[in-house]
Amino acid sequence: MNEVVPAHNIGGYVPMIDGPEKVSGRAKYTADILQPGMLAGRIYRSPYSHGEIVEVDVSEALKVPGVRAVVTGADCDKPFGVLPIARSEYPLARERVRYRGEPVAAVAAVDDASAREALCRIKFKVRELPAYYTSQAAQAPGAVALHEKKPGNVERDVLFELGSTEQGFAQADLVREGSYNCAEVCQNQMEMHAAIAEYDTLRDRMTVHASTQVPYYVHLMLSQTLGMEMSRIRVIKPHVGGGFGCRTETLNIELIAALLARQANATVRLVTTREETFITHRGRPETDIKLKIGMRKDGRITAVECDCDQRGGAHSGYGVVTILYAGSMLYAIYDLHNVKYVGKRVLTNTPPCGAFRGHGTVDIRFAFESLLDEMASELGLDPFQVRRANLLTAPTFTDNDMMVNSYGLPECLDWVEQQSGWSARKGKLGTGKGVSKGLGMACSHYISGASKPVNWTGEPHATVKIKLDFDGSIVVLSGAADIGQGSTTILAQTVAEVLGLDLSRVRVVTGDSEVVPKDNGSYSSRVTFMVGNAALDAARNLKSLLTAAAARKLEARPEDIECLGELYRAGAQDKGATFDEVVTEALKDSGTITVTGNYSTIPESHGGKKYRGAAIGGSMGYSYSAQVVEVSVDEDTGVVTVDRVWVAHDCGKALNRLTVEGQVQGSVWMGMGQAMSEEAAYHDGLMLTANMLDYRVPTIQDSPPIEVGIVESMDPYGPFGAKEAGEGSLAAFLPALTNAIADAIGIRFNDLPVTPDRVFEAIEKRRRKGNGGGA
Amino acid sequence: MTRLLEFTLNGRDRADAVADNILLLDFLREKIGLTGTKTGCDGGECGACTVLIDDRPALSCLTLAATVRGKRVDTVESLGHDGQLSAVQRGFHEKLGSQCGYCTPGFIMASAGLLRKNPNPSEAEILEALGSNICRCTGYVKIIEAVQYAATLNAQGVSP
Repeated sequence: MNEVVPAHNIGGYVPMIDGPEKVSGRAKYTADILQPGMLAGRIYRSPYSHGEIVEVDVSEALKVPGVRAVVTGADCDKPFGVLPIARSEYPLARERVRYRGEPVAAVAAVDDASAREALCRIKFKVRELPAYYTSQAAQAPGAVALHEKKPGNVERDVLFELGSTEQGFAQADLVREGSYNCAEVCQNQMEMHAAIAEYDTLRDRMTVHASTQVPYYVHLMLSQTLGMEMSRIRVIKPHVGGGFGCRTETLNIELIAALLARQANATVRLVTTREETFITHRGRPETDIKLKIGMRKDGRITAVECDCDQRGGAHSGYGVVTILYAGSMLYAIYDLHNVKYVGKRVLTNTPPCGAFRGHGTVDIRFAFESLLDEMASELGLDPFQVRRANLLTAPTFTDNDMMVNSYGLPECLDWVEQQSGWSARKGKLGTGKGVSKGLGMACSHYISGASKPVNWTGEPHATVKIKLDFDGSIVVLSGAADIGQGSTTILAQTVAEVLGLDLSRVRVVTGDSEVVPKDNGSYSSRVTFMVGNAALDAARNLKSLLTAAAARKLEARPEDIECLGELYRAGAQDKGATFDEVVTEALKDSGTITVTGNYSTIPESHGGKKYRGAAIGGSMGYSYSAQVVEVSVDEDTGVVTVDRVWVAHDCGKALNRLTVEGQVQGSVWMGMGQAMSEEAAYHDGLMLTANMLDYRVPTIQDSPPIEVGIVESMDPYGPFGAKEAGEGSLAAFLPALTNAIADAIGIRFNDLPVTPDRVFEAIEKRRRKGNGGGA
Repeated sequence: MTRLLEFTLNGRDRADAVADNILLLDFLREKIGLTGTKTGCDGGECGACTVLIDDRPALSCLTLAATVRGKRVDTVESLGHDGQLSAVQRGFHEKLGSQCGYCTPGFIMASAGLLRKNPNPSEAEILEALGSNICRCTGYVKIIEAVQYAATLNAQGVSP
């Protein structure tokens, strides 16, 4: 007999378990779900940036043949929003419209052509109000408030000072300031927003398929908007074509589809165009940052003062969190004291921004790492040396009470320094034929889930169920939303690892509120950590049931039972019982087995209440990233080419090296888009870049090789030691790029994106001046 | 106006009544129910709808259904034989050339078109062949590896 050994499922290169569906075209996304008799939904959007609604006349629209329902703001009187404290938005505008493209009315018809025809017949009258497209204009004295409760158009201001910046700057050998501007950017995920709402008139029940990262939040808001009990609502999340944060809150799409379905007593499919998807983007706000850092000669940071102003758009969304994170996440990467932060989230007449990958941290990190680089150069220090002079020592709590138990940043720095050949090559790449080459580096970090969910209910942070029945298949039930990041695969690996079974034994059911336990959703990189820990707990509970059953069958004590996955035995000499035999024995107790696994974060991770801005952003663990970027700058055209990127990411423990690499590469590349070409531009509130040609996403031909080093710091609380892998490497790219450009041509860019025309202009400016100068 | 469209779809001859103004993409998805081909943009921006017409990659969102008369159209559903994934499908699955999967059918068809014409493409040829497909998840690194691996499998006899 061959020696039976438990299967190992953690730490290798494991293709995603739902990959075969995706590569064969069988994976169903929301818009792929076709039902006979389904109606087509369309949204009428405001052509005005700001105005009091005088009239929404839909009488002619209702007369269009084939139209089955028309809804307006009169059909939804409760504001929705992800944060219970900041709900200001209606699915369809009431009383006022606040941005161009805000939904005003919606139509369901037998086909798309009829629905579009009906939209043309809607008469919409407003009394126009002054509109503000920049945060400065919105805050100007006398500006009309977009929302009555927010005078001055400030959604939220934040101020904290921990330690004394005055004393800190006094201790510095060098104090420098910089101003930075980062353009608004959109997630631009490949799948356009879609929802299918099916209203069961006989039973008064609503089923909604939605392309969302947060089925539970959609469930909550559907109940509120429709005035229906939650038990009458079912939310299904099919395959989702990317999220990157734009679907971490309920969008108006799902709510409008449901309103239409109920009025039409039918099933309505609402799929937005790419232009509408851009308008419904919930992206990263345009951000202005003023940063001041004090530094000693040895690179040690003595004080930080940061002023951050975000153009948030017309509604709150996640805005309060974004402006708080931007401040609180100054911490937990370096050992900082004497920090002052002033943040303003501003309401403007542009589409609402939200939570984009790296939520709140990215633009601040760009500013911070840029200024560090500049100061290192002025002090004659290597940029790596400056980072190393400010490292944390884990375990520790930061001044704002963030709990850091594992800290792989030193190893990340070592890896990228060595792999890139930094010390031999930095500043020595030279120029030729009008092309200058340079190297730049930077660091970043991110949370592994916010310890406290935005909807605090007192329940465990995550719950996973496992079902085991006569057939011996392990069925994991989870509400975790796989949006392409691979969470379903991670859950299967986790459970299979504990039970020592081959991955093929495990199936994962997700995304249907009727079947799976509630989950808060896929955002803030919480799933591997929180849901992974719950899956670990569930699998251990199942294992102890099986061990007890094996002990009965083998007439041994449970503590003497050895689990080898497909074989349970009492000692090496025992013939033992097969997994199937053990399952049969275990079922004798209760029939079908279901076990529950829970995970709750520890209170120490929730952050302190002493300081505003520190109350959120508390996480069980932080990921760390270091990057080196190599560029070539064509001084005749201003074109910057990224030749290569080295990135090291501390994810605690790589449960799946393949998906960790994929997530890290995707993060770096998305950072590259923001740094080099992506920008949501407006003219009088009209988005000019609402398509993929004008909103320039890097193509395969623009994209560099990205070498990934995985650093495993083994977090004491992470499942098998794991932390997040999907966001933390985005932010470092931006400053690493501009630092590399500065290395190549001696010009520093503080405004993003660094487009060829900006580079060309800066080079020309310097030529005209004769020498020196900045951008 | 509606007219009769005779063409070969995924290896099978068909005759369908189609409206003059329907796009091949909408015809495949909404009329036939082959939803593997994806809509990713408002026309010609992203490549998610790529199919093969007479073995050459084409954007089905910019192609009127009526224009494929007498031609062979292959969608992602045509790939793979005897329950096995094709070389390109295996490449994208095993090398993680696909994350959320939404752009994947378009990339796979563009790659299959490349390998049918050029079984051993250089990296530059891969970049050129996939230059009009957008992926928002991968950063493309593993997509390149997926196509290179598919070429290797293809050389071992696995159909592209």
